[in-house]
Amino acid sequence: MNFWLVLAVNSVTFGGLLFLLSAGFSLIFGLMRIPNLTHGSLFMLGAYFGAAFAGGMLGIMFNFWLATLMAAALMAALGALAERFLLRQLPGQQLAQVLVTLGISFMVADFCLMVWGGDPVNVATPAGLGGFIRVGQAAFPLYRLAIIVIAMVFAVALWYLLDRTRLGAMIRAGVDDPDMARVVGIRVSRLFTIVFALGAGLAAFAGIIGAPILSVYPGLDQDMLPLALVVVILGGTGSLLGSFVGSIIIGFIYNFGLALLPELAYFVLFLPMLLVLIVRPQGLFGRQVP
Amino acid sequence: MSARIAALVVALAALATLPFWLADIYYINVSSQILLYAIFALGLDVLVGYAGLVSLGHAGLLGIVAYATGFMLMEGLGHPLAIVIALAIGLAGTAVFAALSLRATGIGFIMITLAIGEILWGLAYRWISFTGGDNGIGLKTRPAPFGYSMSSPYTFYYTTLIIFLLSVIAMAIFVRSPFGAALRGTRDQPRRMNALGYHVWAIRFWACMFSGLLTAVAGILFVYYTQFISPQTVALTSSAEVLLMVIAGGPATLLGPIVGAALVVVVKSVVSGFIERWNFLLGAIFVAIVILMPEGLVPGSARLWRLAWRKAGAQRAKTEGKP
Repeated sequence: MNFWLVLAVNSVTFGGLLFLLSAGFSLIFGLMRIPNLTHGSLFMLGAYFGAAFAGGMLGIMFNFWLATLMAAALMAALGALAERFLLRQLPGQQLAQVLVTLGISFMVADFCLMVWGGDPVNVATPAGLGGFIRVGQAAFPLYRLAIIVIAMVFAVALWYLLDRTRLGAMIRAGVDDPDMARVVGIRVSRLFTIVFALGAGLAAFAGIIGAPILSVYPGLDQDMLPLALVVVILGGTGSLLGSFVGSIIIGFIYNFGLALLPELAYFVLFLPMLLVLIVRPQGLFGRQVP
Repeated sequence: MSARIAALVVALAALATLPFWLADIYYINVSSQILLYAIFALGLDVLVGYAGLVSLGHAGLLGIVAYATGFMLMEGLGHPLAIVIALAIGLAGTAVFAALSLRATGIGFIMITLAIGEILWGLAYRWISFTGGDNGIGLKTRPAPFGYSMSSPYTFYYTTLIIFLLSVIAMAIFVRSPFGAALRGTRDQPRRMNALGYHVWAIRFWACMFSGLLTAVAGILFVYYTQFISPQTVALTSSAEVLLMVIAGGPATLLGPIVGAALVVVVKSVVSGFIERWNFLLGAIFVAIVILMPEGLVPGSARLWRLAWRKAGAQRAKTEGKP
């Protein structure tokens, strides 16, 4: 019983990380109509930078949370630059944009290998969150619960941003009909940069707060990108609710798969995707893209 | 037209006599590699170029066939039987791959193929009892039909060359056939093709199957060439490499993928002698080609060539015009 309970908590934790990763992925897809194949790389690069900041790369050993914010801000800035100076060169050419993000992801992976080497970098659990909470006989690591809380807070904040603010309304308009949004005076290409930066920052944030659990290693990008893809295929593109529900489902399937069928964990992920593609190709919460 | 035939004859003669003027075995092996990758790239070109469907999961299809071959040989099956079964498995795998990915077109198709490719990679990497995990599967022998052993680089080169030429001929027939024309129609005007009574989905499905057949052939050649198969072959990098061959050379051309394969294989073997960072260069070339020469090297240089030719012609006419 305890085993299952702990596994379930771990699944929700992982789902929370996946949500932070895939929310940006889904928004970028919804707005720019491209799967951003650097998303796994942003996750990994953010984690490496966060670990480096916390480990004293800049001469000061930053506090974990400060390092997290710095890494996320840095990646958001890099994301904005990449969108502005590379993807913007190819307006409307979605295929070319996808290929550019693919090329960049290889360069980032090799860059990380060059700078941080092949050994995993371990990140210490932030101070004060190293303990456990005991409920009956089960013990839950405090940090995993903290991740769940953080993910919830971000989910609410993102929902508020998208559903209740002017910027959110503009983004939704851009997702639904970019041409019409332009006509009514929304600068959609500026939204591209904002959303890309937001997505990059969120991915990097997920990477660094996930680092104490997952550690940071070469190939982390390749582990995370397919998960984000499957979440978005499952939940539907451009839908926040879709990536939330999809993340939790995938978090459960992935963790239970790893625990019960370690050799086939990746394959088990395939099944929900298969089912959704057959029954509802636009995803659970997606709308038919015209 | 005759210049074209002459170029073809010269190219064929060069390919046939290649082992006589390339003394080093290393270069012969590189040539075999170029030819087998050219078959793979032609297979992907069917989808990327002629069907307008970009697949990022083709290394997974190649991997299925290569792993199946390796596994059956390890279990003690004979070469002919293993090859036939591996081809059948490859085609069956392609059918599933196509049925799933063709739920979408355009960017959706890329995403689904990518997800399938990554899942196949995960299987190759984690399903250790079947694939050997990171250690991969090694092959002890190459086939020797009718006593013609392929264990030397020379015989293997000629086998690959013959299969390559057959593939190019198949591809040329395919492109010129009514089916090829219909496929290009579904690429450019799917709705009009539908209105004309063509079954767009079925056309795309059979294009996937043809692509899968060429990929399977390349997969079998690949596993016999390296005599080894590991998850690296199935990784996204490999799918991206072969996509780079198609896009760099020029999609929807016969020559493009072949030139692209030669380019990528040569750059990769030359560069890996100096630096370990092939992936960084691969990414950089990708970005550069997409931004600077999106139509690919073959159509790109052909355009430049025609432009220069016309300019020279205009110049000639001008100078002749002057007495």
